[in-house]
Amino acid sequence: MCLAIPGKILEAEDVGVSRIAKVQFGGVYRQVYLDLVPEAQPGDYVLVHVGFAISRIEEDEARRTFDLLRQMEEAQQEAEQGA
Amino acid sequence: MKYLDEYRDVHIARALSARIRARAAHPWVLMEICGGQTHTIMRYGLEELLPAEVELVHGPGCPVCVAPLEIIDTAIEIASRPGVIFVSYGDMLRVPGSDSDLFRVKAAGGDVRIVYSPMDAVKIAQDNPDRQVVFFGVGFETTAPANAMAVWHARRAGVGNFSMLASHVLVPPAIRMILRSPVNRVQGFIAPGHVCSVMGFQEYEALAEEFRVPIVVGGFEPVDVLEAIAMLVDQLEQGEARVENQYVRSVTRTGNTAAQKLMAEVFEVADRPWRGIGPIPASGYRLREEYAAFDAERVFGVSDKHVAEPAECISAQVLQGLKKPVDCGVFGTGCTPERPMGAPMVSSEGVCAAYYAYRRHDGV
Repeated sequence: MCLAIPGKILEAEDVGVSRIAKVQFGGVYRQVYLDLVPEAQPGDYVLVHVGFAISRIEEDEARRTFDLLRQMEEAQQEAEQGA
Repeated sequence: MKYLDEYRDVHIARALSARIRARAAHPWVLMEICGGQTHTIMRYGLEELLPAEVELVHGPGCPVCVAPLEIIDTAIEIASRPGVIFVSYGDMLRVPGSDSDLFRVKAAGGDVRIVYSPMDAVKIAQDNPDRQVVFFGVGFETTAPANAMAVWHARRAGVGNFSMLASHVLVPPAIRMILRSPVNRVQGFIAPGHVCSVMGFQEYEALAEEFRVPIVVGGFEPVDVLEAIAMLVDQLEQGEARVENQYVRSVTRTGNTAAQKLMAEVFEVADRPWRGIGPIPASGYRLREEYAAFDAERVFGVSDKHVAEPAECISAQVLQGLKKPVDCGVFGTGCTPERPMGAPMVSSEGVCAAYYAYRRHDGV
């Protein structure tokens, strides 16, 4: 139920009081309301839940923490090969 | 897909497994709250990657499962009325009330429709001005802002034939209820990453401090869940009890303030009954008085029912991490996903349904 999927904002336009974006999920496109993430811009990744973006993905944070995971994995492999 | 595939990397998962094995020196009982995380644990067999010291128990974080019998019966009653279009997320239709479900209402000729977004329900109301359109607003804090937005839009656009049957629940009061139990076994929690994307994690800092329990905000892919477990084990082995954030790509300490502001405008905190558990004080949202005209319980004059739950079902203990689904006498026999008896068998994210789907060949 709390499933939220990351997608990339391709374009956004104002419709009445809302801002509605075209968001790409792999090969699928959907209309997504940006009302809850007013700062999101085309090119940003957002997490989408029941038709609303609920957060903007922090790309720098994501890259930094994922790099740490990669380093841990490489250190693990080296330790195994050295053993 | 970016931000999904890399968090399913088997090499990183194995390295995290090795890290947990190396650090876990004592037995620890950890609970993931969210049904989405339970599903990931079962689907990817993550328990097989953990040492014997680390036991996972599964929490009450499935809003479909914990929606009380009373509200399902109310939904069925409203959906059965002539002239009503009853609109819902798909997973609510199979949920059994006392003696029926919404699918049967639909089969009997009721106008029950499934939507992806609550805004679709507002659109249906605008397209059918001579009908009453009722949206079944179910969810945790992740879904509450979207449901609130639908009501807010309907009021602003003067859509007078739209109302919401609200069944919103909150995660921190459920954690508090589990920790206050004299028979609690849980020593560390994985907090739900999408709930915290909306709410931030300040509420969880108060819980960590009050109960001296480590809490790690975690994501939903296998690498996310394993990293959250590794962080919890590190804290427990070092005698620490802090809130840490594993899901930094989406969660900040303060969360989504635009969403919180909207929820405060439309909802107020209320006591709520949880299916399988019972009433928990201040554990949900109801519509504010200013939005009474959009509150289906008031529009249709239905509320305050009380319905007893099946005695054979042990879901209260399962949802508090005291028992496993396989400890239940009716698991897989009197209670199956096709004919669920208790809350955790109801939705595919419920822990009993997840056990049934992924472990039923284990001789259980």
